[in-house]
Amino acid sequence: MIDSFSDFIHQGGYAYYVWSAFGVTFGLLIAEIWQLRRARRTILVRVGRLARLRHPRSPAAASQRPAASGGSR
Amino acid sequence: MGRTAAECYTAALGITIMTINWFKYASPASFYPTAGRLIPWFTGIAVVLVLVSLYVGFFQTADQLGGSNPQKEYYRIIFIHVPAAWMSMWLYLVLAAWSAIGLVFNTRLSYMMANAVAPTGAIFTFISLWTGAFWGRPSWGTYWDWDPRLTSELILFFLYIGYIALHSAIDDTRRADRAGALLAIVGLVMLPIIFWSINCPDPTQCAALHQRSDPGAIHPTILIPMLGMTLGFWSYSFATAFARLRGIILTREADSAWVRDVIDREAPA
Repeated sequence: MIDSFSDFIHQGGYAYYVWSAFGVTFGLLIAEIWQLRRARRTILVRVGRLARLRHPRSPAAASQRPAASGGSR
Repeated sequence: MGRTAAECYTAALGITIMTINWFKYASPASFYPTAGRLIPWFTGIAVVLVLVSLYVGFFQTADQLGGSNPQKEYYRIIFIHVPAAWMSMWLYLVLAAWSAIGLVFNTRLSYMMANAVAPTGAIFTFISLWTGAFWGRPSWGTYWDWDPRLTSELILFFLYIGYIALHSAIDDTRRADRAGALLAIVGLVMLPIIFWSINCPDPTQCAALHQRSDPGAIHPTILIPMLGMTLGFWSYSFATAFARLRGIILTREADSAWVRDVIDREAPA
């Protein structure tokens, strides 16, 4: 079992070429997924901020939200 | 009476196709949730296909190929190199097709699709070049050569980069869409060049490193995982393109009421 695992890693002496190719491929694919997840969070926050700027909620809706701390006005 | 079954069937099919409102799916608002539902399925299919194919490719194949000039273990790079190269060309075709549909019908979603596909296509083009280099070094003795197919694939990579750069350089989205679409369609000329950039008529006069290969001549234990990886990469491309498309839809439709509802539902607290 250990032997076959080290054979697998060794790839008949071509480990450098095989794993450089496979490593970069899957590294890039996983990086793309990670980037897309991050971008989705950023876009949701940014578009949400835009929506609140351009379409402020009605006073009735605003009053239902918890009051901001330290409001002296 | 007098009508054959085939005619009735054709008529029924025609009525079915006409009654489905295809343009319903062409609206960003209705495709946004559809894409969201499809992403987990495509991701799951991609993971399963890649894992099974790589298992077969690494453990059920011979360590060595060929007779007098054998390809040793490094030939296993074929399981990512060929599928990535196919995807690089296929996704370019998809990019150009959505661009053309956008130009002809002026549909917003088509341009967004083109936009969403381009980065994934660029990544697969880079992967095919990179894995080719690490296959070329042990088999041809060099990481790079200005071979027709390598050179034309490199140009395809620059076309993807050019499309993305041109689109992001123009502030007006509609102008950016049209300029990018034109570039993508003109760049289509590279696909047949890549496809036929193999075999020169007289090997003593010139030498193309890639030779024509007959799929029937490839052993099934190699052909099947190669096709499995291709379908896996294809499924992966659907998932990433749809995920990117959802972001593009939200950004471009930010002013519409349905996007505000989506934000209320989906935005992190």
